[in-house]
Amino acid sequence: MAMGTKRELPSYLEHWQVNIEDHARKLGLDIFPQVFEVLSFDEMNEVAAFGGFPTRYPHWRWGMDYERLKKSSEWGLSRIYEMVINNNPAVAYLLEGNSLVDQKLVMAHVCGHNDFFKNNFAFKLTDQDRRPPSAAEDLVVSRAANLPSRKWIDAFANHSTRIRRHVERHGIEAVESFIDVCLSLENLIDPPGRLLEGRQRPLVSDEEPEPVELTRFQAVDYMQPFVNPREALEAEKKKLEAERDRSKKFPETPRRDVLAFLLEHAPLARWERDILEIIREEAYYFWPQAQTKIMNEGWASYWHSKIMTGYAATGDEIVDYADRNASVLSTAGGRLNPYKLGVELFRHIEERWNRGQFGKDWEDCNDLEERKNWDLKLDLGRRKIFEVRALYTDVTLIDEFLTPDFVIENKLYTFGWSNRNERFEIDTREFKSVKDKLLAQLTNFGSPFIAVEDANFENRGELLLKHEHQGVDLDLEKARRTLENITRVWRRPCAIVSTVETRPSILRFDGKEHTTRPLK
Amino acid sequence: MCSGHSRRLRYALGVALNIDQDHARFRDIVRGKVRENLRKYISNGELIARQGKDTVSIPVPQIDTPRFRFGDKSAGGVGQGDGESGDPVGGQEGEGEGEGGRGKAGQGEGQHALEVDVSLDELAQILGETLQLPRIENRGRRQIFAAKDKYTGISRTGPESLKHFKRTFREALKRQIAAGLYKPDRPIIVPTREDRRYKSWQVDTLPVANAVIIYMMDVSGSMGDEQKEIVRIESFWLDTWLRSQYKGIESVYITHDAAAREVDRDTFFRTRESGGTMISSAYKLCAQIMKDRYPPDEWNVYPFHFSDGDNWSVDDTTLCVQLLKERVLPSSNMFCYGQVESPYGSGQFIKDLREHLGADERVVTSEIRDKDAIVDSIKAFMGKGR
Repeated sequence: MAMGTKRELPSYLEHWQVNIEDHARKLGLDIFPQVFEVLSFDEMNEVAAFGGFPTRYPHWRWGMDYERLKKSSEWGLSRIYEMVINNNPAVAYLLEGNSLVDQKLVMAHVCGHNDFFKNNFAFKLTDQDRRPPSAAEDLVVSRAANLPSRKWIDAFANHSTRIRRHVERHGIEAVESFIDVCLSLENLIDPPGRLLEGRQRPLVSDEEPEPVELTRFQAVDYMQPFVNPREALEAEKKKLEAERDRSKKFPETPRRDVLAFLLEHAPLARWERDILEIIREEAYYFWPQAQTKIMNEGWASYWHSKIMTGYAATGDEIVDYADRNASVLSTAGGRLNPYKLGVELFRHIEERWNRGQFGKDWEDCNDLEERKNWDLKLDLGRRKIFEVRALYTDVTLIDEFLTPDFVIENKLYTFGWSNRNERFEIDTREFKSVKDKLLAQLTNFGSPFIAVEDANFENRGELLLKHEHQGVDLDLEKARRTLENITRVWRRPCAIVSTVETRPSILRFDGKEHTTRPLK
Repeated sequence: MCSGHSRRLRYALGVALNIDQDHARFRDIVRGKVRENLRKYISNGELIARQGKDTVSIPVPQIDTPRFRFGDKSAGGVGQGDGESGDPVGGQEGEGEGEGGRGKAGQGEGQHALEVDVSLDELAQILGETLQLPRIENRGRRQIFAAKDKYTGISRTGPESLKHFKRTFREALKRQIAAGLYKPDRPIIVPTREDRRYKSWQVDTLPVANAVIIYMMDVSGSMGDEQKEIVRIESFWLDTWLRSQYKGIESVYITHDAAAREVDRDTFFRTRESGGTMISSAYKLCAQIMKDRYPPDEWNVYPFHFSDGDNWSVDDTTLCVQLLKERVLPSSNMFCYGQVESPYGSGQFIKDLREHLGADERVVTSEIRDKDAIVDSIKAFMGKGR
């Protein structure tokens, strides 16, 4: 379907856009300029299938997502209420035919996301004019209106054009299946490393390599030139040094950005390299969003609620707003809803900092009554949550701000599979378990730490990866299939070191067969 | 200032979206995978349990993108809500893949087949292509349509009997709040005429069935669970194929041992009797039902009979052949007999049928030794395009 007809935002919506944005700014939000597009139901599903972008490179999985979205929205299971792209200007979509109160709610919500995109440190990764930060403070400072440059809609459109050109030349089959290979590796990137790129880092080894030890026969001084002739020593030194260098590993230190390593060193055709580069760029773009789902939705929900109830919703709209808001924040069926968890955490932090419930005195206080009435009237809450939205990701947020009180108030629990009853059952509401499980779950949705260990493994030009095992094993079946894909890029056998059921092991694929053996 | 500003920034989204192409590619891949694995799907029978109203959810292997991921041994997560330790967690049916901070990791984890919905029509098409089944010619019978009311929306007017109470009261609540008449401590809501909402309907025309499948199955003691499973699987595929050929289709189920009964679908596959076998009883009932309910000038009739081929007596077999010749065959598109192998049966019946009716092209017989033979049996039955 072509989205040829471009609609101007109707003037009544434009009016509300201006008002809501002004109000958001008054409340302290620091947002990129915003563009709202009104889309029909079908177009909305299409754009959503493309991950929010109007143009993506051709690939079947958008079709798969589209089918899923279309079905679930036709069945009324889910409706996409808001979609906003981390772009400067931010681009967001409104569903045609929604009631005015819905549109206002979406606009208010989008302002929250927009502020988060612009100010959360993880999103600096998506600055196209990123410069090496000289000091940590740089990460927090916002810049002029049209900066930083985040023209990602254009960038994604360019990616699409480049890949379509390759399709014309090499056929959809070849290109699509190579994209499949690249997507299989897309999580092998190094976002923290990239955030700190260019920063002065201590060299891995500043020192000169150890001098080689030469054979010297014993002799009295004047006999030295004859017993240990200089030429012989020189020749031996050269030989030993060459040997030392040869045994040096490549890369010298493990490389977390596996995709960059492959781009630099794998024997790829030019079009393949181009595709891999595109997939890597897009993976870095989406990384911050995956790391801040709870925070981002929580922050946006916090602000849509402030803006709607304090300003934008009129008297006769408030019931509809409340209805909608309740369904957005619903935790029906015992589900953990990131919107709800996030907004409650921000409110919890705000209240604690307003009442001064932090610091040593608070931590040391064990008197229940005293804690309950603890109020230093500091009024630091608002400032604190703005700081939190800039400096944290989901994992660090939960780690630092999830409190036992919060777990009780919000009725959080852990659940597990019961073999006896063949169903998921509530385990416990104990604070530490809840926190650990939540953190594990969040890390789990992240990726395992994997780095290139050796590109000349066993001196056969094989690629060796290493999984830094932190307690959770890899999914072996998926790992094997991923190895097949790396092998296709590296064009030599590939292997990965990991721990399988407490035993350090090495999984290897030689292009035909998989082997698993314990590590020596 | 802002309005001019935002107009200038308006993005050119006028680029054509290409989801249709991507969607077609995806369906192609799915179709290819289903075709590749069709024999497996047929013989292991797993699709039957996955049947929805018009679709089948098919596990398509190896279509997902593998990544280095954590294996999840400690299935579970964090949830929110009421409940004691040991209580079940709500909403366990039909959950999608856990994403973001949402719970529900676990169960689906580790299995790597992606489930894709394929419509029964599409499945029939793939079946047809793979087994090279000819399309069936509707034998000039007329297509009848019937009108049916369907409740589709809400309107402001309508008969009182169709009043939508929840909507009506919500409208009233909205109005009262807007007018400042709503008191939270005394929440009395009185709908006025303008608040009333009614269910409204549309008239749909639906094609009336003009084909019927009459399934007959031997449920005597010698038919075991495995034999019945074969019949179940085979009937699913026959249903699927015939459904794709006719606009509407009806099914009749007859079980028999020494006597025959018309039953519903559920009973059909569950019944187990221990009596002897008189096949003629089933054919008699079948002929009767055809005569009473499915006159041949309006209906395409497909009688299928499954048995282990161990009939009571030679006399009864003679009677069967006579019934088929005189009463069943003249009013049917074709008659299919599938014989499943059982350790107790002599398997004589199929030989008798072939001897007496083998020359009649309306009669198809097929021996189904095991589940792997189902595919060929379907091909034998439907390969004639009748």
